[in-house]
This record gives sequence, structure tokens and C-alpha cells, in this order.
Amino acid sequence: MQIALFITCYNDTLFPETGIAVVRVLERLGHTVVFPEAQTCCGQMHYNTGYQAEALPLVRRFVEIFRDHEVVCVPSSSCVAMMREHYEKIAIAAGDKQLQSEVLALLPRVYEFTELLAHRLGVEDVGATYPHRVTYHASCHSLRSLHVGDVPLRLLQKVRGIELLPLEGLEQCCGFGGTFAIKNADVSGAMLEEKLQCIQKTQAEICTACDNSCLMHLQGAMHRQSAQVNTVHIAQILASESLPSEERKGRS
Amino acid sequence: MASVHERTTQDFPAAAFPLLHKDQLRSNVRHATDVIQAKRFRVVSEMPDWQLLRDAGQRIRAHTFEYLDAYLEEFEQHCTAAGGYVHWARDGAEATRIVVQLAQNETSKVIKIKSMTTEEIGLNHALEAAGIQPIETDLAELIVQLGHDKPSHIVAPALHKNRHEVRELFARTLDLPDLGDRPEDLTEAARVYLRQQFLHTPVAISGANFLVAETGGVCIVESEGNGRMCLTLPRKLITIAGIDKVIPRFRDLEVLLQLLPRSATGERMNPYNSLWTGIHPGDGPQEFHVVLLDNRRTEVLRDPESRETLHCIRCGACQNACPVYRQTGGHAYSSVYAGPIGAILTPQLAMMQEGKSLPYASSLCGACYEVCPVKINIPEVLIHLRGRIVNEQSKLVRAFDPEAVAMRAMQWIFLSETRLRLAQWIGRMVQRPFLGRSGWIEKLPGILGGWTRTRDLRPLPAQSFRAWFKARGESSSEVL
Repeated sequence: MQIALFITCYNDTLFPETGIAVVRVLERLGHTVVFPEAQTCCGQMHYNTGYQAEALPLVRRFVEIFRDHEVVCVPSSSCVAMMREHYEKIAIAAGDKQLQSEVLALLPRVYEFTELLAHRLGVEDVGATYPHRVTYHASCHSLRSLHVGDVPLRLLQKVRGIELLPLEGLEQCCGFGGTFAIKNADVSGAMLEEKLQCIQKTQAEICTACDNSCLMHLQGAMHRQSAQVNTVHIAQILASESLPSEERKGRS
Repeated sequence: MASVHERTTQDFPAAAFPLLHKDQLRSNVRHATDVIQAKRFRVVSEMPDWQLLRDAGQRIRAHTFEYLDAYLEEFEQHCTAAGGYVHWARDGAEATRIVVQLAQNETSKVIKIKSMTTEEIGLNHALEAAGIQPIETDLAELIVQLGHDKPSHIVAPALHKNRHEVRELFARTLDLPDLGDRPEDLTEAARVYLRQQFLHTPVAISGANFLVAETGGVCIVESEGNGRMCLTLPRKLITIAGIDKVIPRFRDLEVLLQLLPRSATGERMNPYNSLWTGIHPGDGPQEFHVVLLDNRRTEVLRDPESRETLHCIRCGACQNACPVYRQTGGHAYSSVYAGPIGAILTPQLAMMQEGKSLPYASSLCGACYEVCPVKINIPEVLIHLRGRIVNEQSKLVRAFDPEAVAMRAMQWIFLSETRLRLAQWIGRMVQRPFLGRSGWIEKLPGILGGWTRTRDLRPLPAQSFRAWFKARGESSSEVL
């Protein structure tokens, strides 16, 4: 199957290794990945911060670029949540019936990465090996918007050599929240600290999630405190075959 | 006039900051919300039809506001027919004036049942100014009143205090130096003090959980029995209720009285469920007034995108579930309505002129929506209110506010992949002076500095994903 990858703006800029991992997993499963070069951003940051008029052209742009693709893969549940929860509303608010119908036609073909594997491609064992102690953080959008449930955990359970450790307060927000982390930096930092303590209690080497936004936030505190734990996007674990150390980037 | 949002106070981040350093308070809040949430989870899990009940609750509330005017008039008609008096108050000033007039010639003190609505309009201050002493009879409200404190939670106003702190307060204010700190010691002290007040006060003031249009009845649920005392012993009873408290039919309580206690206190049913309609000769208060308060609720109703805020039945479940509230407690919201519901209700009741930092006091995690018994989509309303705030920005803010400028710049960048590639390249150049010894960004300037207060930021890697993908297509071997 030909799968169009929407990498998302922050993965493109900050976490290329996640995109590379997505390409590897999908190609290993026998699919072709295409990358429409015109893609940029889904508009989530603008929309959620209140700049809804500014988000509209970004929504149009996304729809225009991806409307003719059979399947769109997005390795970020918060961006998919933005599309599913707000795109139609934005089209209606703009009084644009054509955009609305294009959104409705496109959205059923847009999948978050783990959803794509489990629901569209019907795979749970992607042939990965990752001999590490890992804990999984359920990002708020994957949990409460996409309702991915235990899909990511089922994928992780099939990874060879992995030791999965349960996380206390699994469903509690890490405190990122986009511009919230900057506008309410102190409260966000307090939420982060509580989450980090729960992660450290698991004794995991790696904390994973479906969203690099949460992981970037957690990693920022881990690095600041020289914690003995790092973060890795779930795609990188699922892409990992024999030399997992190569996938672990970002720590000096 | 007292305002729902304290005008003089700081915005949310500034008000939250000192609270984050109050370890005792934070541990009290965490403990209390954990306990209530665990209880709620147990009694909600045992309900196979919980989601259907939520749907029903949502529909009852939405339907009510479609025909609010008709249901309010129906309530007035039935309440009056049963011997009650109905007063309509446009705002808090009118409501307090009515209550003061009703109480003034009768008494020098009134007993009160816990009511957030009277907090909203600053009734106690107005009563005191008129020489009438209000006595709170709800245990938590009594704690707040004796400590000259402010409520921090809709259901448990003294949630930020632990029993040792309450013991100190009672020992000092009720002159009980030998008081113990077991829960039964504290409740006994309150009971002895309050019993005298119940027996010797001729006027009571209550709020309402629901007003039943069909019967003209008022419903209050509570845990302590103090409410029942206030509703039965005094000669005169004055109920103050927001116009949002009306429900169409008596049978709607079947749904709402399942949703409310399970969500609020994690109980299957409240220990005391009181319903009274008008007056009954020889039984209970012989004079009964209802003050229906608007206080800008009709303004909230005007915006179809956010009017579901009024569907709230004041259970406080969103506060217990909120990870932001969990860190700060209720006082950071500078409003009688704290937590997620306060973050959407407070600025709307203030016509978006005050409390403008509150819609941003959320990570949009959605935990509030998940537990809301009437399915108010709080995250959606938060985003909508943020949009209203941005739309009302002045030209000056649009032109010079760093956030507004950054947002427009980012949009301009995202509207072209060439500009995005260029911005990524510039980012890699510009970040260099900010890299610490570890090679990470440890201190950022301006509005971004909030990030690096507690977190580092990994630097932009040498190659973006799009560059990798392009290079890979151009060469036959994979570049990594």
C-alpha cells in the first residue's frame, strides 16, 4: 500500500529520527512511503492558543496536499486530534462547504501511527527487538481524543526483549499542553515533576509515548536533572531490530 | 458590587506561583482529590448505564436552556401558587438588596446553607454591612468563615485544609484549647456551636441544587444535615438560585440525583436529600422566598459555542480530575469557581473583561470532560474562549505583543515549505549562542524563557526529516 506520511512540523524540525523510524517500520511491512514535500503544519498550535483565524489557511493547506492520498500516517496523536476534533468545525465556521466535504472525505483515511498499524494494517508484531526496560506514557490526546486504548501497549508487548513496566498515574497529563508550558511555566513544571517522579519509580531506562511533544517535555526535565532515564518515540522502538543503541539519540 | 472574579488579584500564573511553594496546601489538595476521585471511580464503575445517564443529563440540561424563559416562568407560577414569593434579580447587587431587605427587620443574624451562588454575589459582606451576621452551617464553609479564608473547591470549600489545621482554627476561634484533632472531635465542636445557632436564628438563607419548574419545588442535597436544620427550624427561608438551576420536570431528578452525588462526593446517594415546595401551615418555615439570579447568565447564553458552560450542576468532579488544580488548589483561580469549570465560567460571568488568564490555565488534557456528569466539553469551550480573547485584542497588542507577532510569523512560515526549510536552517544558526556545555539549550530569552525555567530543550538536529527523505530519494543508499 502507498502511505503518505504527514511528519508534523515539530517532528520534521526536532525529531527526524522518529520519521525515519516510521518509514522503516512501514517499509519493513512491505508498504511504500511517500512524503508530499509541500506539507508543513496542521495548525494545532494556532488553533489551541486562540489564533483560530490564523489556523484556517493551514487547515486548507493540509487538506489540499493530502486529499488525494489513500492513507495518511501521522506519528503524533495531538495533530490527529486537532484534525478530528476541529477541522470540520473550522470549515463550518469559515462557511466553506467544499472544505467541509473534503475534510469529511479525508479524515477517515488519516491515522495516527499506532492506529495505522493496528487498525488499518492489522499488525501487532512488527518484528522489532528492543532489549530495554520501557515504561509507556499515555498521552492525553491518544487517550481521550483518539481513544487508542491499549493499542500502543499491545504493539510494545510484541517487541522482542522488551521489559514493559507499568506507570503509576498513567492517565495524568505530563503538563506540556503546547503554549501552556510557556504561559504557565511554573504550573507546567510542577505537573512535569510529578510525572517524572512516577517514571523514575518504574526504574525504566526508557519512557515512550505516541507523541514527541510530551516526550520533548519529559526529556527536557530529564536532561536538566541528569536523570537516568531517556525518552524514545514508540515508532523508534518498533523500528528497532538488532542495534537499539543507534536509535537512542538526543542524549549527550 | 461584588464580582465573581476578584478584580485586584493577579492573573493565574502569578497567583499560582506562591501556591506552588506551599507544600502543606499542595499535599492537602492532592490527598483530598485522590480520595474523592477513588470514591467516584468506584461508584461510577458499578453503573452499567453511566454513559447513558451522562447522555440523558446532557440532554436534560441542553433542553432546559432551549426553553429557559418558559421554565423559569413555570417555576415562578408553581412556587407562588404553593405560597412562596419569587423575586427576579438582574445582578448580584439587586439580589443582595432583596435579601437584606427581607432579613433586616426580622433578625440580627441568619443561618446559611452552603451556597456558591451567595459567594458569587458576596452576600455575606452585604449582610454584614447591613448589620446582619451570617453564620455558615456547612462544616467546610464554617471552617472558611472562621478562618476569614476563601473557598477553594465547589463541593469541599475547605479542601485545602487538613484536620490539624482545622483543629488549630477551632481551638482558637471557638475558644476550645483542649480540642482533639480526631474527625469526631472536630465535628462535635462544630455541632455544639451550630446547634445553638439553629435553635435561636429565625431566618435561613440557602442556595439550591435544582429548581423544579413543574412543581415549583426546590431541591438541596447535602451530607451533614445542617441544611435540613436550616430548611425546617427557622420561621423564614430565603433561597438564592442562579437561573441556571431550573430543571423542567420532577422526574428529571431521577437522572440528575444519580449523576450528582456519584460525581461530587463519590456517594451513591447524598445522606440528605431535601425537596420543599412553598409553605405548609404548622410545618417548617412560614415564609418562603426564592431569589432568581441572572448576574450575566443570560449573557453567557448568547454565545452558542460556550453556553454549555451553564449546564454545570456544580459537582466539582472536573476540579478533582484536573492536573492543574491538583498542583495549585482553588485559590490560584481568584474566583469562587475554581478549576476547569471556573476557568470557563468566571471569565464569561465577567463578560470576558476579567479572568482572561483563566482559559489558558489548562493543558487541554481533557480529564475534565471525561468526568463531567453532563458532558460539558470544557476543553472545547476553553479553546473557544481563547479565540474570543484573541479576537478582542487591540490593534496595539496585535502589532507588538510578542505572542501575537510570533503566531503570525509562524503562520507565514508554515504557509510555504520553502520558508519552513529556511526557518529550520536559521533556527540551527540562531540556537548556537543558547547551547549550554551539554550541547542542549539551557536558557531561552523572552516569552520562551518559561520553558527553560525547569526544562532544557534539545537542539535542532543538523538534518530535518524532510532533508533526510529528500537525500534518501536522491541517492540509492539510505542516508542515516
